[in-house]
Amino acid sequence: MDKVYRLMNIITMGQTTPTSPPEPEIALKHRRASRWFHWTNFPLLALMIWSGILIYWANDIYHIDAGDYRLKFFPRGWYTALGLDHRLAEGMAWHFFLQWFFVLNGVAYVAYTVFSGEWRQLVPRRGTFRDAWLVVLHDLHLRKTPPPQPQKYNGAQRILYTLIIFFGVFSTLTGYVMFKPVQLYWLRELLGGYETARFLHFWLAVGYVLFFVLHVVQVARAGWNNFRAMVSGYEVK
Amino acid sequence: MRRLTARSLMLGGLVTLLALVAFLAIRTQAHDNGIPWFLRTAHDFNGRLWSGLFSAQRTPPKKGAPAATKPRVNGLLGIEAPIDVRTWRLRVYTEDKLVKTLPLAGLKLLPQTNTATQFYCIEGWSTQFSYAGVKFSEFMKSVGIGGQYKYVGLETPDGKYYVSVDLDSMMHPMTLLAFEMNEQPLSNDNGAPLRLIIPIKYGIKSLKRIGTIRFSNTRPPDYWAERGYDWYSGL
Repeated sequence: MDKVYRLMNIITMGQTTPTSPPEPEIALKHRRASRWFHWTNFPLLALMIWSGILIYWANDIYHIDAGDYRLKFFPRGWYTALGLDHRLAEGMAWHFFLQWFFVLNGVAYVAYTVFSGEWRQLVPRRGTFRDAWLVVLHDLHLRKTPPPQPQKYNGAQRILYTLIIFFGVFSTLTGYVMFKPVQLYWLRELLGGYETARFLHFWLAVGYVLFFVLHVVQVARAGWNNFRAMVSGYEVK
Repeated sequence: MRRLTARSLMLGGLVTLLALVAFLAIRTQAHDNGIPWFLRTAHDFNGRLWSGLFSAQRTPPKKGAPAATKPRVNGLLGIEAPIDVRTWRLRVYTEDKLVKTLPLAGLKLLPQTNTATQFYCIEGWSTQFSYAGVKFSEFMKSVGIGGQYKYVGLETPDGKYYVSVDLDSMMHPMTLLAFEMNEQPLSNDNGAPLRLIIPIKYGIKSLKRIGTIRFSNTRPPDYWAERGYDWYSGL
């Protein structure tokens, strides 16, 4: 990949035959490892949520009340329409199989981010929260001036991309509390007991879905060059 | 740039295709007791891993419920037909040999234990109750059976519900042959006259109205494991 990159630079600097049209200047944005972690996580998380719903169906107790209105997670018709009912055994089988890969991919990603030093571009730092607020105002068309983005990610991205890792950590921990509440009694007590762990596990899953929606909207808004960088690694400057 | 993107898209497409093929292959492969054998293998792998880490020192929270609260009832498999508690007998087998027949009064002569637990259902909910009876380990001593068997199988008198459990889990100090819940004699729907309470497993293993107990080195059949659930089901 680097060879190609150098070749491209030579081309853009016009050191080849003058007849070839000038190529745009490109730069590496997402390294190969990050891209693999990202795209491996996507189907795994999707399948974890899918099998999680198959399990949750068997005892679907959570809801949001707003006055007289109750938003139930989920209405009976919703399961039957999507064919997600009466599949507890299948859901558990997939969930406890795939969790290995979901957790290993997540651990590998965090280890890579730490050892490569890429964490510096990701974690919030001084001024990140103010920057994030400016991003929100700008994206909601309440403020004209573009927010500052001195590095790879803006303030909002730093917060969310860090937060989502903590989601993963807590999904894993609360999941294991439910999986082995007796053997992992210390973890169970640390996280407030079995019922609390189950509550957190469910709402974290809802959190992923909300993150996904926001992420896809923002990626669509950012355009092809940005998306292509997550596929090929390179962006056009 | 175009070449780079095309190459990445092609590689990505190929990997996606392979992953999809793997997913569909697992879904459509031959079933082993209700789930694809690959997933059954994963269940058994997790089971072996956790039975290796198993510690009988670990106990569920000892949280009871007020005396005489009615314990939650979640299914009547194998106990729907009426039963005459006075003529009920517990039959004990080693492998296929009947070695003992016991009335309830005989069991009540053994040392009794009264404890409480948080009890977990495979559906996701948990409940709390106190329960009293005879430790399974005490029962084994009384019938003269040591640790020479790997599995214990339990069955309702009508044979319609049956479970099997590894011996280590049966020896856990909170595994009881119970005849009381919340300080009341067992109701019919909670498994009178004698039921298993094994709070280190999902509730599906805590068989009600025990008819036979079988010690064996080959794993006795298990109702829910035949229907796609994890056999080990340890918590």
